[in-house]
Amino acid sequence: MKRYSIFSLVRNAVSHHKDWPKAWRSPDPKAEYDVVIVGGGGHGLATAYYLAKNHGITNVAVIEKGWLGGGNTGRNTTIIRSNYLWDESAHLYEHSLKLYEGLSQELNYNIMLSQRGVLNLAHNQHDLRELSRRISANRLNGIDSEFLTPADIKNMVPLMDVSPEARYPVMGASLQKRGGVARHDAVAWGYARAADDRGVDIIQQCEVTGILREGGAVTGVETTRGTIKAKKVALAVAGHTSMLAQMADVRLPITSHPLQAMVSEPVKPALDCVVMSNAVHGYISQSDRGEMVMGAGIDTMTGYTQRGALPVVEELQRAIVCLFPSFSRLRLMRQWGGIVDTCPDASPIVSKTPVGGLYVNGGWGTGGFKATPGSGWVYAHTIARDEAHELNAPFALERFTTGALIDEHGAAAVAH
Amino acid sequence: MLIIDCPYCGKRDEAEFHYGGEAHIVRPENPSELSDEAWAEYLFMRSNTKGRFLERWVHSEGCRRWFNMARNTANNEVEAVYLMGETPPKEVSK
Ligand SMILES: Cc1cc2nc3c(=O)[nH]c(=O)nc-3n(C[C@H](O)[C@H](O)[C@H](O)COP(=O)(O)OP(=O)(O)OC[C@H]3O[C@@H](n4cnc5c(N)ncnc54)[C@H](O)[C@@H]3O)c2cc1C
Ligand SMILES: [Zn+2]
Repeated sequence: MKRYSIFSLVRNAVSHHKDWPKAWRSPDPKAEYDVVIVGGGGHGLATAYYLAKNHGITNVAVIEKGWLGGGNTGRNTTIIRSNYLWDESAHLYEHSLKLYEGLSQELNYNIMLSQRGVLNLAHNQHDLRELSRRISANRLNGIDSEFLTPADIKNMVPLMDVSPEARYPVMGASLQKRGGVARHDAVAWGYARAADDRGVDIIQQCEVTGILREGGAVTGVETTRGTIKAKKVALAVAGHTSMLAQMADVRLPITSHPLQAMVSEPVKPALDCVVMSNAVHGYISQSDRGEMVMGAGIDTMTGYTQRGALPVVEELQRAIVCLFPSFSRLRLMRQWGGIVDTCPDASPIVSKTPVGGLYVNGGWGTGGFKATPGSGWVYAHTIARDEAHELNAPFALERFTTGALIDEHGAAAVAH
Repeated sequence: MLIIDCPYCGKRDEAEFHYGGEAHIVRPENPSELSDEAWAEYLFMRSNTKGRFLERWVHSEGCRRWFNMARNTANNEVEAVYLMGETPPKEVSK
């Protein structure tokens, strides 16, 4: 791999940027791999990278039906934070945030991590109590989290309406200063380039259409580019997790829903942190290009249309305009949707399955971008050792039978 | 925006309805005898079909009555509407 640096930039400028090497190869699939990862989003690519780096397993293919990051990875609003309520989630998301903090150096790829701070607003007494409880829980877990009064908020976000007459009065907020945003494509591309460098085959435009089994264990996958044998098959397909699991007769507690986001026309810098509100179902940040990036709640009906329902657009805009009256003058520029895989307890599944050699990583729902490095780390461990890492052991499929659910609806309810 | 044909009120805007999830999930007859696996199946496991899906809706801002609907989850086409307690019409029963 040719390292990126100020010198390579200067050198390539001299040749008018025409001689940059390809960031990764595009090989034809081999007949057999030790591990086939289905899904070339951030989670699949990170898993491939850590399989190679942490476990020395390099005879690996990542199989993607479209293009890298073309699923939820490239459609998300890129909010990163770790202020979850329960110990299990706090540990997992915090591990991920710590990996994010060193990721640009680790991958030699600028993922544009911007730790600009994430605010979660409280609009009523219940929100306030829930928030204080979460702030305390976070601190006990060593996660930075602080309470802001309406006056503090006004100081930090002057354009927000925190007056008592506001349609949705703002009574306080939690602030995680280490939270922020990153460039979603760069996370996928950075992991792809680094995994490829360690020998992983990245195969795009190849859809997995069947999972081959013999005597209760996987033997490979059927794809649109032929049969590929594999000792282990690891799913990382987000919204399509149920569909892929079905191919191996595995039932999952997941439902898939459209989730949408939208951006305004670009304007000069006006908002330098991330603002989220569960109660009014909206969240907003400003991109480096100047667009206001806004996200909403999921469509309540299940679905696979990467589009999203119109009433949700209206609901979101109502919330944003009430919080930021001056943004009513902005025009919407683009709107899009992804398919998110939600679990009954708003926590993910990173787990072995009843089928030998088949692993599932899904159910991240509306909030898995922040977990990409951590998810890859523990999933690679689970695949390599055929045993969960201590961080993802609580997130096994069995919790729906034992009843040990990890209810994160408070920390994860609104999409983020 | 979906236009949903309420069997009691006729065609109305999606915003008048609430979603009730997968249809025809039967509450176990003898809950006290159920194994943990059977409970998990009843409470949590869902088909999450891509394609024709049988589901429940309630006309919450109208007649407030529940009914069943067959919808294609890949393109949102509403294929049939039928009453609670009824089996799906022939053209949509798999
Ligand atoms: C609008 C929106 C906003 C969001 N905002 C945030 C946020 O602010 N913060 C946050 O943390 N999270 C957010 N999320 C959630 C986050 O995007 C996801 O949890 C995360 O990106 C999932 O990554 P992934 O790699 O598992 O899935 P994906 O990136 O979806 O990758 C899965 C891949 O699998 C491929 N695939 C599917 N079926 C097959 C098949 N049969 N064969 C081969 N390949 C297949 C797909 O093409 C896809 O590329 C948001 C999601 C959406 C939709
Ligand atoms: Zn009605």
